[in-house]
Amino acid sequence: MAREKHPQIVTANDLFEGDVIYLTASGNWSRDHGDAAVAHDPEEAERLLAIAQGQPNRIVGAYLADATIGADGRPAPVHFREAFRTRGPSNYFHGKQAEA
Amino acid sequence: MYAYDDFDADFVRARVAEFREQVNRRISGALTEDEFKPLRLKNGLYLQLHAYMLRVAIPYGTLNSRQMRQLAMIAERWDKGYGHFTTRQNVQFNWPKLQDVPDILNALADVEMHAIQTSGNCIRNVTADHFAGAAADEIEDPRPTAELIRQWSTDHPEFQYLPRKFKIAITGAPNDRAVTKAHDIGLRMVRNAAGEPGYEVVVGGGLGRTPMIGKTVRDFLPKADLLPYLEAILRVYNLAGRRDNKYKARIKILVHETGTEEITAMIEQAFVEQKALFAGPPEDLLARIEAAFAPPDFDNTQSLAFDRAQADDPVFRSFVETNVTEHRNPAYGIVSVSLKPVGGTPGDATADQMRVLADLAERYGHDELRVSHEQNIILPHVRKPDIPAVHAELKKAGLATANIGLISDIIACPGMDYCALATARSIPIAQQIATHFDALKLERDIGPMKIKISGCINACGHHHVGHIGILGLDRAGVENYQITLGGDGTETATIGKRTGPGFAAEDLIPAIEAIVETYLDLRHTAEETFLDAYRRLGAGPFKQAIYAETGNARAA
Ligand code: HEM
Ligand code: SF4
Repeated sequence: MAREKHPQIVTANDLFEGDVIYLTASGNWSRDHGDAAVAHDPEEAERLLAIAQGQPNRIVGAYLADATIGADGRPAPVHFREAFRTRGPSNYFHGKQAEA
Repeated sequence: MYAYDDFDADFVRARVAEFREQVNRRISGALTEDEFKPLRLKNGLYLQLHAYMLRVAIPYGTLNSRQMRQLAMIAERWDKGYGHFTTRQNVQFNWPKLQDVPDILNALADVEMHAIQTSGNCIRNVTADHFAGAAADEIEDPRPTAELIRQWSTDHPEFQYLPRKFKIAITGAPNDRAVTKAHDIGLRMVRNAAGEPGYEVVVGGGLGRTPMIGKTVRDFLPKADLLPYLEAILRVYNLAGRRDNKYKARIKILVHETGTEEITAMIEQAFVEQKALFAGPPEDLLARIEAAFAPPDFDNTQSLAFDRAQADDPVFRSFVETNVTEHRNPAYGIVSVSLKPVGGTPGDATADQMRVLADLAERYGHDELRVSHEQNIILPHVRKPDIPAVHAELKKAGLATANIGLISDIIACPGMDYCALATARSIPIAQQIATHFDALKLERDIGPMKIKISGCINACGHHHVGHIGILGLDRAGVENYQITLGGDGTETATIGKRTGPGFAAEDLIPAIEAIVETYLDLRHTAEETFLDAYRRLGAGPFKQAIYAETGNARAA
C-alpha cells in the first residue's frame, strides 16, 4: 500500500528542558508546531534535518515528522504521537497545553 | 533497616560529582549526545516524549519516612509535585530539567538513595516481595539476599557490559508476590528435607517482545552458594548470550535456544569452577546484612479496637477486606495503600500524599514503607489497634481506596502519555476501566482480578501476566489494543493468550465488560475466581463474547 506523501517538519527535544521543539525557517526553534518550517519534498526535508543536526548543543534527537497544512496555512501534526507531543500528557494538565 | 556504610556513601557522592561534570561537558559541547546518552542512562536519566525522566532506585522497594519525605521535597522543588511509582519498585520523576539532575541526585544521596543501575545492560535494581519481613507465609525475609546481590553486583566490573539488561527478583514465601518467574533470574526461598532455607533458582523468565516463564535450574541451592552460583549463571550468559541481535540478547533466549537441561549442565559446570575460584565477599557478610534487617520490636499488646472498628464501620470493614493482609505477628497487620483511586493515574502520589505516608510510617509503622510492583505503597508493620487511625488519615489524604487485588487495582505503564517508545497510551485506558466498573458497582462481586496494561511490546506494564492483559499498538496511525487472557504472575505463572484481533480504544471497554460478564455468567460459584474460571472454560466463551458483542468490524 503506497503511503500518502505528506509535507514534513523537523522536531526534537530541547537539551536543557527536554521540551518538544520545532525547527523554524530561520533555523531557530519554536515550542509551537505551527511555527515549524515545512518541507514539501525530500531534498528540502534533508536540508532542514541537516540544519537541526548542526545544533547538537541545543537539541536532542532531531527527526522528520509528517505534517498537514491547516486552514490557517500552518503545519499541524498527522500522527497521534506527534499530536500528543504538541500538547503533553492526557492524565494531567501539564506540558505544552498548560503553558499555552 | 539496612544503612549504607561509608564506602557506599562515598561511592554514591563520587558518582554524583562525576555526573555533574558530565552534564557540564554535555552543555558546553565537549560531549555529544551519543557520548552522553549512555552516561545519563547509567544515572537513571531518560529523555521521554515531553521531558526528561529520572528513575530512582528503591532497592527491594523498601524505604523509610525520611526517604519518602525527601522524594516529596524533590517532587515539589524540581518536578510538578508528584512522583510515579513503578512495577520495578522504583519511583520516576517525569519533569526534571537537565541542569537540576545533579542537585536531585545529591538530594537523594542525602537520604542514601541514588539512581545507579536503573538503566543499561547491567544488573538492575533487585526486586523483592513487598511483604518481605512481614508476611505470614514467609520462610525468611528475602531482602538480605537482595541486598547481598546489590552489593555484589553494583559496579561489578564483569557485569557492567552484559549482552543486555539483567533483572533479578526474589521472594521469601511460597506465594510469589514478586513475579520471580518473569525475571532473568528468579529466586524463591524453599526448605530442603533437613528444613534448612535455601533457594529454588529459576532462570530465563521475561516479558517484552518474547515472553517466557523461567525454568528451574536448581531445586535447592544452599544459601552459602548463592553468589558463586549467580556468577556461574552470569558467566554462562556473558560467554554464550547473543550480542548480535538486541532482541535475542536476553538470557531467556539463550535458555530457550539451548534447552533447560543443557543450560542447567552448563551452569552447574561453571558453578564448580566458580566456587573453587570464588573470591566474593566474606562469608559472614550475609549474616551481617541479616542482622541489619532484624525485625522491629513488635508490641504485642492485645486490644479489641480493630475488631470493634470493623463491626462499627462498614467502610473500614471493606478496607480491611481488601487492603489489610495477615502479618506474621498476629498482633499486627500489613496495610496496602492503593495508589489507584478510581479515575486516577496508577502509581502516582502527590508530594502531600508522600508526606502523609511518611508520617503514618513513622507514627504507626516502625518507620517502614514499601513500594509494590503493583504500584501501591505498603505499610508492612501496623499494630492492629492502630489500623483504624491509619485508615482515617489515609481517607483524609485521598489514599483509602479499598480496591487492592480488584479490577480497578490496575498496573499501567506510562505509555504514550510519557514514554518515547510507546505505540499507544495506557493511562487513559486504566482510568476508563476503573471508572466504568466503579459505576457498575460490580467490583466486589467480580473479586480478584488483575488487569495489566502496556503501551508497547516492551511490556513494562506486565500485560502478559495480567488475568486480563492489554497491549497498546499503533495500527495504521490509530491506537489499537490487543487483549490477552489467563496470564498469571504468581507461583503458577502463565503467559496470557491473545484473544485475536485488537480493538480501537472506544471498543475496548465494551470488550472488557463482555469478558467480565461472561465470567460472572459462567462461574460455578462466587468463590471461583476469574482466573480459575478461565482455566476451566478456556478462551472460547470469552472470545465469542467479545467478538460477537463488539462486532469484528472495527477490530483490526
Ligand atoms: C518510560 C520510560 C521507559 C522506557 C524507555 C522503558 C524501556 C523498556 C524496554 C526497552 C524494555 C524491554 C527490554 C528488553 O526486552 O530487553 C523494558 C522492559 C521492562 N520495563 Fe520498561 N521502560 C520504561 C518505563 C518503565 C516503567 C515506568 C516501568 C514500571 C512501571 C517499567 C518496567 C519494565 C519491566 C517490568 C520490564 C520487563 C519486561 C521484560 O521482562 O522484558 N518500565 N522497558
Ligand atoms: S511498555 Fe513500552 S510504552 Fe510502556 S513504558 Fe515500557 S517502553 Fe514505554
